[in-house]
Amino acid sequence: MTVLFDGIASGLLLFLISVGLSVTLGLMNFVNLAHGAFAMLGGYVCVVLLNRYGVPFLATLPIAMIVSALAGVVLERTLYRRLYGAPHLDQVLFSIGLVFMSISTANYFFGDHQQPLHLPPMLSGQFHVAGADIGAYRLFLIVVGLVLAGGLQWLVTGTKFGASLRAAVDNPRIARGLGIDVDRVFVVTFALGSALAALGGALGIEMLGLDPEFPITYIVYFLIVVAVGGSGNIKGSLIASLILGICDVEGKYYVPQIGAFVIYLVMVVTLIFRPQGLFGRMAAK
Amino acid sequence: MTRRDASRWHPAEYAFWALPIVAYFVFPDHLALLAQIAIAALFAVSLDLILGYAGIVSLGHAAFFGIGAYAAGLLAQAGWGDPVLGLACATLAAAVTGFATSFLVLRGADLTRLMVTLGVASMLYVLANKLTDITGGLDGLQGVEMKPIFGQFAFDLYGKTAYVYCTIILFVMFWIARRVVHSPFGLSLQGIRQNAVRMPALGTPVNARLVAVYTLGAAYAGIAGALLTQTTQFVSIDVFSFSRSAEVLLILVLGGIGSLYGGILGAVVFMTVHEYLSGIDPLYWQFWLGLLLIVVVLFARGGIMGTLRLASKVRA
Repeated sequence: MTVLFDGIASGLLLFLISVGLSVTLGLMNFVNLAHGAFAMLGGYVCVVLLNRYGVPFLATLPIAMIVSALAGVVLERTLYRRLYGAPHLDQVLFSIGLVFMSISTANYFFGDHQQPLHLPPMLSGQFHVAGADIGAYRLFLIVVGLVLAGGLQWLVTGTKFGASLRAAVDNPRIARGLGIDVDRVFVVTFALGSALAALGGALGIEMLGLDPEFPITYIVYFLIVVAVGGSGNIKGSLIASLILGICDVEGKYYVPQIGAFVIYLVMVVTLIFRPQGLFGRMAAK
Repeated sequence: MTRRDASRWHPAEYAFWALPIVAYFVFPDHLALLAQIAIAALFAVSLDLILGYAGIVSLGHAAFFGIGAYAAGLLAQAGWGDPVLGLACATLAAAVTGFATSFLVLRGADLTRLMVTLGVASMLYVLANKLTDITGGLDGLQGVEMKPIFGQFAFDLYGKTAYVYCTIILFVMFWIARRVVHSPFGLSLQGIRQNAVRMPALGTPVNARLVAVYTLGAAYAGIAGALLTQTTQFVSIDVFSFSRSAEVLLILVLGGIGSLYGGILGAVVFMTVHEYLSGIDPLYWQFWLGLLLIVVVLFARGGIMGTLRLASKVRA
């Protein structure tokens, strides 16, 4: 039970970080490998505020999101937008470039060691329910993850903004003709994706750690979630994250010899049978 | 310029291949680096075959490089240290892996391909990490001892033999690749890249061609990996790493995708800059690498070859 619970918690953490990627990659059709860099930025903002300035952990989260969203807006305006509609390969190369730069920048300012994180007493510790050890922080992750999943699903499918976004992605020209400010929709979406990454990065320090190599170490995981879940699909990302989180934790627990092998296997097998992901729609082109 | 002309050797190409010979005498102290450049160049050429000509994007090309490296390493460790035999086995191992995984790559479009290739390379990385009895895990494969090439030329401390060996292999493989891309087979690959829907109408078996070129590219990468093992007499698990896949992509883009010389030029520039910058500051070379990549993507899409071509057009 404990293992299953940890799997769910790690799945939702994965969801928190990669849902932002699902937004930029899936909805805006931009292969943004630099997504982990935004998550790392969020992580560092959180750690610096917490350890150097004594800001409470929960208060650092919104600040991390705002900083990362601003960074996202600046980069979107100056660089990313030039590559909308460019071949995927160009987008991949460009964002790998950003990843490399972010790694050495983080290294320059913070050094290459792991950043320590001191959780507030409210979130540390654990309690026992029905024979399982439940970590308070993991429970917190699960709640945040589920709330966010619901909120995003509603934002994309139930609001006017979501409708404009889907229209802008499917057919930018006609969307413009209907009076939708496509540029603005994209900026806002990109900022949202970056902010979500930052939230995930900050929340993930406890379980994933934080060092300059973060964007490279975990990008594979985020991409797997999006690839398996089907891009641009909140529900798909959630389910894929849960599957991967549970498989990963259970795999490492029960068959440690193959450990990390399991999630790659899950991904490749999924993609063989469903190239569009579990819940993917055919690419809108 | 017509196709018939393109397949013939241009005078500039003869001049280009004279450079490695000149380099041998001009930089006798840097032969080890030059050998590494030749290996990187061959690796870039292998990626160019599948990406530049057939248009298959890959984020996991290091998979085949690593297979070749470990194949050659394990063989030498077991006592069969003959370099040429090692090359042959590494080629075969990489080609078989390439053939087997090519069917995964056929499914899906760009994004799926990126993910599947990345997934295959990551799986091999994890596998190499876990099978410590065979691969040595994170410590790398120790005890690789190479015999002299053809029983005559032993690998020396200054890297003379290694350099000549790598350069000759690079040239031979380049020559074969050049024949391949100018053959009807190579042209059909370009057709597939440009319009995969139309090629079947012209009677081209698209999937069979893609499988063939993916296998060929994998075999080439395997040779590059084997050369690395044989010249350094060591295999690090890093041969399967994501950074290696990203690096070769970068070298190719820097040099220019879709022309075999692009990969070679890219390797020369990349490795030289790498050596120079990491000599100044090993930590922040990545920063400049990233910046370079962004600049190339945004402003110089053709890489070095594209810029050269543009320059010669402006002059004409």
